[in-house]
Amino acid sequence: MLQPPTLPTNYTVKQGHIKTSTGKTIRTEEMIINMGPQHPSTHGVLRLEIVVDGEIIVDCIPHIGYLHRCFEKHCEHMTNYQQVIPYADRMDYCSSMTNEWAFALAAERMLKIEVPERVEYIRVIMAELQRIASHLIAVGTYGIDSGAFTPFLYTFIDREKILDLFEITCGARLLYNYIWIGGLSHDLPPKFVEQAQDFIKYFRPRLKMLNDLLSYNEIFVKRTANVGVLPKDVAINYAVSGPQLRGSGVKWDLRRDDPYSIYHKLEWEPQVGNGEMGTVGDCWDRHIVRMREMEQCLNMIEQALAGLPEGNVKAAIPKRIRPEKDAEIYVRTESSRGELGFYIVSDGTASPFRVKARGPAFVNLSVLPEIAKGGMIADLVLIAGSIDIVLGEVDR
Amino acid sequence: MSAVGTYFYSIFHSLYTVVVGMRITIKHLFTCSATVQYPTVKMKIPERARNRLYVNIDDCIGCDQCSMACPVDCITIDTIKSTPDVDLGLTSKNTKKRLYIPRFDIDIAKCCYCGLCVWPCPTDCIVMTDVYEFSEFDRKNLIYSFSNMTAEEITDAKERLKKYDEEQTAKKAAIAAAAAAKGAALTTQPPPKPESPVS
Amino acid sequence: MEFIQTIFANELVVSILLSLLPLIFIIVYALVVLYTEMKVAAHIQDRVAYMRTGWHGLLQPIADMLKLLQKEDIIPDKADKLLFRLAPIIAFVGTYAAYAVLPFSSIYIGSNINLGAFFLVAVGSLVVVGILMAGWASNNKWSLFGGVRSAAQMISYEIPTAIAIIIVVMITGSLNLQDVTKFQDGGIGNWVVFGGPLPWLQKLMLMPFTIITFFILFVSSIAEVNRTPFDLPEAESELVQGFNTEYSGMRFAMFYLSEYANLFTVSAVGVALFLGGWSSPFGSFMSGPVWGIFWFVAKAYIFVLIQIWVRWTLPRLRVDQLMYVSWKVLTPWLFACLLSVGLILVL
Repeated sequence: MLQPPTLPTNYTVKQGHIKTSTGKTIRTEEMIINMGPQHPSTHGVLRLEIVVDGEIIVDCIPHIGYLHRCFEKHCEHMTNYQQVIPYADRMDYCSSMTNEWAFALAAERMLKIEVPERVEYIRVIMAELQRIASHLIAVGTYGIDSGAFTPFLYTFIDREKILDLFEITCGARLLYNYIWIGGLSHDLPPKFVEQAQDFIKYFRPRLKMLNDLLSYNEIFVKRTANVGVLPKDVAINYAVSGPQLRGSGVKWDLRRDDPYSIYHKLEWEPQVGNGEMGTVGDCWDRHIVRMREMEQCLNMIEQALAGLPEGNVKAAIPKRIRPEKDAEIYVRTESSRGELGFYIVSDGTASPFRVKARGPAFVNLSVLPEIAKGGMIADLVLIAGSIDIVLGEVDR
Repeated sequence: MSAVGTYFYSIFHSLYTVVVGMRITIKHLFTCSATVQYPTVKMKIPERARNRLYVNIDDCIGCDQCSMACPVDCITIDTIKSTPDVDLGLTSKNTKKRLYIPRFDIDIAKCCYCGLCVWPCPTDCIVMTDVYEFSEFDRKNLIYSFSNMTAEEITDAKERLKKYDEEQTAKKAAIAAAAAAKGAALTTQPPPKPESPVS
Repeated sequence: MEFIQTIFANELVVSILLSLLPLIFIIVYALVVLYTEMKVAAHIQDRVAYMRTGWHGLLQPIADMLKLLQKEDIIPDKADKLLFRLAPIIAFVGTYAAYAVLPFSSIYIGSNINLGAFFLVAVGSLVVVGILMAGWASNNKWSLFGGVRSAAQMISYEIPTAIAIIIVVMITGSLNLQDVTKFQDGGIGNWVVFGGPLPWLQKLMLMPFTIITFFILFVSSIAEVNRTPFDLPEAESELVQGFNTEYSGMRFAMFYLSEYANLFTVSAVGVALFLGGWSSPFGSFMSGPVWGIFWFVAKAYIFVLIQIWVRWTLPRLRVDQLMYVSWKVLTPWLFACLLSVGLILVL
C-alpha cells in the first residue's frame, strides 16, 4: 500500500562540522520545524514539515487532509444529480462558479443535453467574473505573505463589487448554486448588464494601480524573482495546470486547447510567463500571469456582454435525470487554479454511483517539495503562496 | 549591463518604485473609506437574496417535495391523511388540501441556503426571506417548527384517521365477506358430474 | 533643574523626578502613536478603524493597555524562566536609557554628557540583547529564528547609524546632542541637513551629501526598530510573531512599548542631529524653552508618521537582502559621503 510521504520515525537529523579559522570546529545540526495547520500564511489548514539547515530548506513534506469533508462520498447519497451542485460549490470555495460549471458540464455531456446559447454566454460571464474574484484573493494574500498588507484590502474592495453582481443574480455571495445541469437557476436581472459594464470600467485602472503598488515594486520583485523556479519539463511531468503551468512558459489553456462552451468565439490570449524579471517559471512569473489573466477576463466579459443572445435559461433543464446504466464520463474545464475535472460513473439510478473530482490545487501542491528545496524559509512562504492553493480543493 | 551598472540601476529603480507605491497609498489616505458601519448602517439586500427560510404553513399541501430536494436533509415533514368529512380548505392557488401537517421542522443550522427547496414547491409556500440576523444562544432554538397544530388537534386527527381506516377496512371486510359468501354459496354445491359415457 | 530644586531640597529626589519625566512622555506618546498608527493604516487601506470606544475610538488605546495589563501571565513550561522574565525588561531599559540624552528643550536634557551620540549607539545594543534573550528563552523554534535574525539585523544597521553620526560630528564638532542643537539654532538655513551654519560655498557643496546622509540615517533607523520593510524578526506572515510569540500580557506590552519608544527615539535622534532639534525653523519667531519642546516633538512625530506610511506600503525584505542593503548599499555610500564631507570641510 502506498504510504504518504513522511519522515521516518527514526529520521536522524544530519550533523555537520564547520572548521573555523582558529582551528576550532563548530557542530551544526539540521532542525525539523513544523509549519503547523494553524499558521497565518499557509492559506488554510496545511501542515508543512520542513527540515532546515540554518535557513536553507533541505526537505519539505506537506501533510494534508485537515479539511477533508467526504465530498465524493456525499455525492453517492444524493437523491438526484442537481443536489450535487451545492456540494461542488463548497469544494473550492474561492471559485464556486467554475466548480459548478465543471460538474454540470460533465452531467450534461453524459446525458447528451444541449443547452441554449444564452445559457452558454451567461455561464462564460459568470465564470470569468469568478476567475477575477479568485485571482484577486490570490494576489491579495500573496501581498500579505510578502509583507505588504495594503493590496489585500484594495483587492477585496474590488471583489465586493463582483460579489454584488453575483448577489443580484442568484442571491448568494460566495456559494451560488447557480449553474444547474441543463441551464441556470435564474436569468440575469434587468440591471446586470449595466452594472457589469460599470464594473469593467471601474476595474481596469485598479489593475494598473495594483501592478504599480505590488507587482513592479522592486522589493517585491527581489523577493519573488528567481525564487521557486519550476522548469517546464518538471511542471509537465507533475501534471501541473493553470496559471502555475503558464507561468513556466507552457502556453496551455483548456479554454483554448480543449474548448468547451463558446470560448472559441471570443478573442483572448492565454498569458504566459517569460522570465522578464528573473527566470522563466519563478514566483514573479506566476504572479504576473494571474494579473494579466484578469485583464483578459475583462475583455472576455465585455465581448460576452455585447453578444448576449435572447433565450430561456431553463429550457433544457431535464425533469428527471436518469442516465443510462454503466455510463461514465470525464470532463475537464479550466478553473481559476487549473484543470478541474469530474469523472462520473452512473449505475442507471437517480444518484451517481461514483463521482471523482480532480482538483487542480491538489496536483499543483505536489510540486512544492521539488521547488522549495534549496531556498530559505522566507522563500517557502512565497512559493506556497504563488501556487495558490485552496485547501477545500486539496482535501475535498 | 555591467555589475556596477546593475548596482546603481537597482538602487535608483528601487527608490523610484518605492516612491510610486507611496504615492498611491498617500492618495488613498485622503479618499473616503469603503466601510459600511454595520450595525448602525445596514446594506440594502437585493430582492433575490437567499437568507432565512420561511414557510407559510396555511399554503402547504404536505407534498414533501422540498424535503426530498434538500441536499442536507434539514427539513422534516410528518403528515396525517385527512378524512373526507373534513374540509381543510384551499391553498392560495385554489388547490384542495388533503393532508394535516403535524410536524414541519427546518433545522436552520443545517440548512446550506442553496434554495433547492424553493423551486419544487407547487404552492410557493416555502420562500427564502432577506432575514440574515438570526443567531441564537441555544442550539435548540435554531430548529424552526412551522406547524401550527396543537397536541389535541394532532391526536384528534390521528383518531379520526384511525376510525375512518377502521370503518373502511370494516366496510371492505363486509363487502369481501358478502362476496365470499356469495361465491361460497355458489361453490358449496358440487359441480355436476360429467355423464359417464355409455359404453 | 534649579527651579525644581527650589521646591524639593533633596538633590536625589529632584533627579529621580526629572528622570521620570520621559517615562510619562513615553506612556502618553505610546497611546497617541498607537491610535495614530491604527487610524492611518486604516485610512490608507480605505477602511475605518476604532469607531466604537469613545468618539471615533479615542479611548481605544486605553482599552488596549487595560486589556494587556489584566491578562494572565503565561510562561511556557520548558522556557528558561529567568531569561524569559528578564528579556522585556532589558529591552525596555535599553530603549529608555536613550531618553537620557535626548535634548527636549534648551533647558531640559536628562543628562548633558559630552558623549551623547556615542551613548545612544551604545545603549541601542542593549535592545539586541533583550530580543536575543526573548528568542532563546521561549523554547520555540520560531522565536529562536526571530531572535537570531533580529540580532543580526540590528547589529548590521548600527554601522550606518554610527557613520551618519560621525558625519554630523565632523560638521558640528561635538558629540554632545545639546551642543549640536545649539549649533543649528537660528532658522531653517542653519540645519545640518542643509549644510549647517557655514559659508555659502561650503554649504552648497555639503548639501547633497548631508541630504543623502540624512536619508540613509532614516532608512537604517527603520531597520533598527524592526519595522517593515525590515521587520523579518517579527514577520507576522511567517513567524507568527517572531520572538514575541510566547509573550502575553504585560510582558508583551513591554516589548510593544519599547518598540514604539524606539520609534520615537530614532526619529528624535535624526531630528536632533540633522533638523535642528528644538530650534524653531523661523529663527527667533516661536522660539523659547517651552516652544522648544513643541518643535522637537512635532518634528520627530512627522518622521514617525512617515515611518508608519512606509510600513503600510512596502513588502518586506528577506534576511539576506536586508544584509545586502546594509553592508553593500548603505555603508559604502556613507563612507563616500564621509570622505566627501571631510574633504569639503578641510578645504
